[in-house]
Amino acid sequence: MTFEILESAKSGDRRSLARTLSALENGLVKIDEVLDTIGSVPLPTNSDWQTLAITGAPGVGKSCLLDGLLRSWAEQGIRVAVLAVDPSSPRTGGALLGDRVRMTVVDDKELNELIYLRSVATRKASGSVPVIVEDMTKVLLALGWQRVIIETVGAGQSEVRCAALADRIVVVEGPARGDGIQAEKAGLLELADAVLVNKSDLPGAEIHADEIRESFELGAGSTPPVLLTSALHGSGIAEAAEMLLILSSSGRSTRARWRERLLAYHERTILESPQLDELLEKLAKGSILLDEALHIIGGEHNE
Amino acid sequence: MPPTTMSEPWRIVVAKPGLDGHDRGAKVVARALRDAGNEVIYTGLRRSAQQIVDTVRDEDARFLGLSSLSGAHEHLFPKVCELLKQQGLNDVIVFGGGIIPLGDREPLYACGIRAIFGPGTPTSEILEFIEQATQLENTGVGQDSDWYWTSSP
Repeated sequence: MTFEILESAKSGDRRSLARTLSALENGLVKIDEVLDTIGSVPLPTNSDWQTLAITGAPGVGKSCLLDGLLRSWAEQGIRVAVLAVDPSSPRTGGALLGDRVRMTVVDDKELNELIYLRSVATRKASGSVPVIVEDMTKVLLALGWQRVIIETVGAGQSEVRCAALADRIVVVEGPARGDGIQAEKAGLLELADAVLVNKSDLPGAEIHADEIRESFELGAGSTPPVLLTSALHGSGIAEAAEMLLILSSSGRSTRARWRERLLAYHERTILESPQLDELLEKLAKGSILLDEALHIIGGEHNE
Repeated sequence: MPPTTMSEPWRIVVAKPGLDGHDRGAKVVARALRDAGNEVIYTGLRRSAQQIVDTVRDEDARFLGLSSLSGAHEHLFPKVCELLKQQGLNDVIVFGGGIIPLGDREPLYACGIRAIFGPGTPTSEILEFIEQATQLENTGVGQDSDWYWTSSP
């Protein structure tokens, strides 16, 4: 990781930006070193968000929907970067990153200068992914991307944690995903600042939206907006894009989010401990106890 | 520094340039590369040369695999290579596959494409190519090695 790459990223070269993100991902450089060269993350203006997570179950249409939203934002001249997080195979460490298949807006010659899309695999040590995604977000913001979208499947702990790092969380739902109780069980809705019920062209979408609204009204705090969209037909997308730009925090999940964040950073401390390998070996052999291992890792953290 | 139990996975873009609606081959290759532990970014069908090069740039890919079954490889593959070089992506290693007659291959190697895989190629051969191409020096599309993969008889 050379100084020249960072300088060139700063001057707007997209390949250097991409290489800087890889270097962070591969642990070749620390975020503070990067920011020292490229400049710091701008402070948010008034109450606008800088990072937005779009999450939801597989197959609800997140990528298609995001494609429409990006188009809408880019047409207003807003520079948006997307980190599309997909799981790596726990067995082989490989990943098939297919979000580009649906995100055709990045291929639009008129708009693609305003959009940067990067696919991110969770890799084997998926516990550190949320922190890496946060570091990548900082780089993108520091380089003048006005809004950063984190797209993740809302299943699996590290993906939910990635979402929890964003300023706002949008949950995408689809029709015929069970009754309102199913939606609540998923746990994601607790974190939502807004819900988009996609595939509104299919039967059951409106009923599902009503159920979600009802369930929100049962809880305390302000009620997150629930909108119907159809990425397929393009209906509701412009409205959703406008609503999301000025979306305020529902304030219902502040604690839950800080919890996820704390856990993410704590997990990274453990995963990055130089003694991790040695400790795992000793634990496997039975030569130390779990308590002792925790103590060693914790003690080192206090230094 | 995070612990690295294995080397970082290669990032590989698998792309379908031009008007060609068949991507079974590309998907088989993408799957095999993934199962070998790589991060494979699939572009989907009908991408222009410029779109493919933009993807390689934004995704920081080390490899680019091009698949064509339409007969337009003579035009599209060199165009992709040309754009990669123009944008300074000289170190990206490019390979191709699909229906590409033997007689058409020499000019493609001359553009900097380091392997052409025809129908029936065992996926293990593609993995061997990946490994060898990274061990040799200057195998990027715009670099001066004249090496290219020749399948073992």
